[in-house]
Amino acid sequence: MGEQILNQVVWPIIYILCIILPLVIAVAMFVYWERKVIGWMHVRMGPNKIGPLGLLQAFADVVKLLLKEVILPTSANKVLYYLAPLLALIPALAAWAVVPFSDRMVLANVNAGLLYLLAMTSLGVYGIILAGWASNSRYALLGAMRSAAQVISYELAMGLCLVCVLVLAGSLNLTDIVHAQAGHKGILDWFMWPLLPVFIIYFISGVAETNRAPFDVAEGESEIVAGFHVEYSGSAFALFFLAEYANMILVSFLASILFLGGWLSPFPASWGFIGQSGFLWLFVKAFVFAFMFLWFRASFPRYRYDQIMRLGWKVFIPITIVWVLVAGCMKYFGWVTVGGL
Amino acid sequence: MNRVTHYFKSLLLIELFKGMALTMRYMFSPKYTMRYPMEHIPKSNRFRGLHALRRYANGEERCIACKLCEAVCPALAITIDSAPRESDGQRRTTRYDIDLFKCIFCGFCEESCPVDSIVETHIHEYHFEQRGENVVTKPQLLAIGDRFEADIAAARAQDAAYR
Repeated sequence: MGEQILNQVVWPIIYILCIILPLVIAVAMFVYWERKVIGWMHVRMGPNKIGPLGLLQAFADVVKLLLKEVILPTSANKVLYYLAPLLALIPALAAWAVVPFSDRMVLANVNAGLLYLLAMTSLGVYGIILAGWASNSRYALLGAMRSAAQVISYELAMGLCLVCVLVLAGSLNLTDIVHAQAGHKGILDWFMWPLLPVFIIYFISGVAETNRAPFDVAEGESEIVAGFHVEYSGSAFALFFLAEYANMILVSFLASILFLGGWLSPFPASWGFIGQSGFLWLFVKAFVFAFMFLWFRASFPRYRYDQIMRLGWKVFIPITIVWVLVAGCMKYFGWVTVGGL
Repeated sequence: MNRVTHYFKSLLLIELFKGMALTMRYMFSPKYTMRYPMEHIPKSNRFRGLHALRRYANGEERCIACKLCEAVCPALAITIDSAPRESDGQRRTTRYDIDLFKCIFCGFCEESCPVDSIVETHIHEYHFEQRGENVVTKPQLLAIGDRFEADIAAARAQDAAYR
């Protein structure tokens, strides 16, 4: 009995903490890194006062947010208002359950991992819609509507990108998808080459999905102040913040896993030390993608709302549909090698 | 044809990559930030900061209560009362107040002064903690002048050729 509890409750909780705690710290450091990188690209210095090189800036911000009052707007729907941040955060964290960090390091090695991910990333939009509606504020409602429309539009393109991947890999299991990208040629075996347009579309859709610049009309500071979280303060705002950045890191990891071979080394295994696979490679790849998020934000102006819709429906979805067919042909006629065969 | 090339150019994201290359270049360029409390930008010798009243080398105050500064002040920040000095009957100010909330630091008072008494120093970092401290009085202005006389005189000497 005791052993059963140990195996079914205690160890999973420890595993979960092993993912969540580093994730939260990664979010804090990511926020710091974002401010630093954007500062550099603006020819500024970024935060450099708190701690060495400003490294403790994010933690100071967290403490500030937690100490602040959570304001409840008059005539806001109290239950939904407090529920919304949780609804945004829980899927963002739950999605990490199926992310494989290396061959054996995965919390839940489920067979329908890709479907589970699609479901979880889509669920996050409920938090946003409820936050916008429950705040009883025009700005928040507008932001929520924009965000919902945008997320739903790009979900389609994103789903079709995932279809391409699973056509080639022949599996919904993320670990199997990575194994399908293994081979003797290192970087050349990855799915990013046969699926190059899809790979780019996937990442751009991921940026849109997380409501980040240049697709951040949901926040649109110049028009609707801060969008759906305009009425939130203190720790409730911190939860939205955490969810947004956890989602960004998630999209970075997924892009690495689905298209860049996850924990596989970009070099052939015969190259010795750097040819070995390991979770460090995954972190390096995810870091590159996470950096792209910041790079986009520093480089591009915000898309107009109709441009976002046009890009999603009239450019991305047709291209991905075509590429689903191309991927099917690749697989059927054996134009690509899968799993190093 | 033009539309076709434009279509493929936008499809290949060429302009976006150009923009990203630009921001990446700036990321590694030297930064313009001045880390203010630790670093200061050099100030012109004509910098107009906090006011001061100067004295002659023998310790006599320069101000002769001509009230030209009070008259020229566009913000009406200066208030002067004058009376014959009790010791020798010279015309001197009994009150010389500058309201720093009104003052716009235009420097007209300094320009109008025939005896170079009222000047604006290089001091720009000061604060008030109580209501009313924004009005600086004659003893305070004289004290500022006494304390920074070397700095004030040096700035005036540098600029003397252009006055």
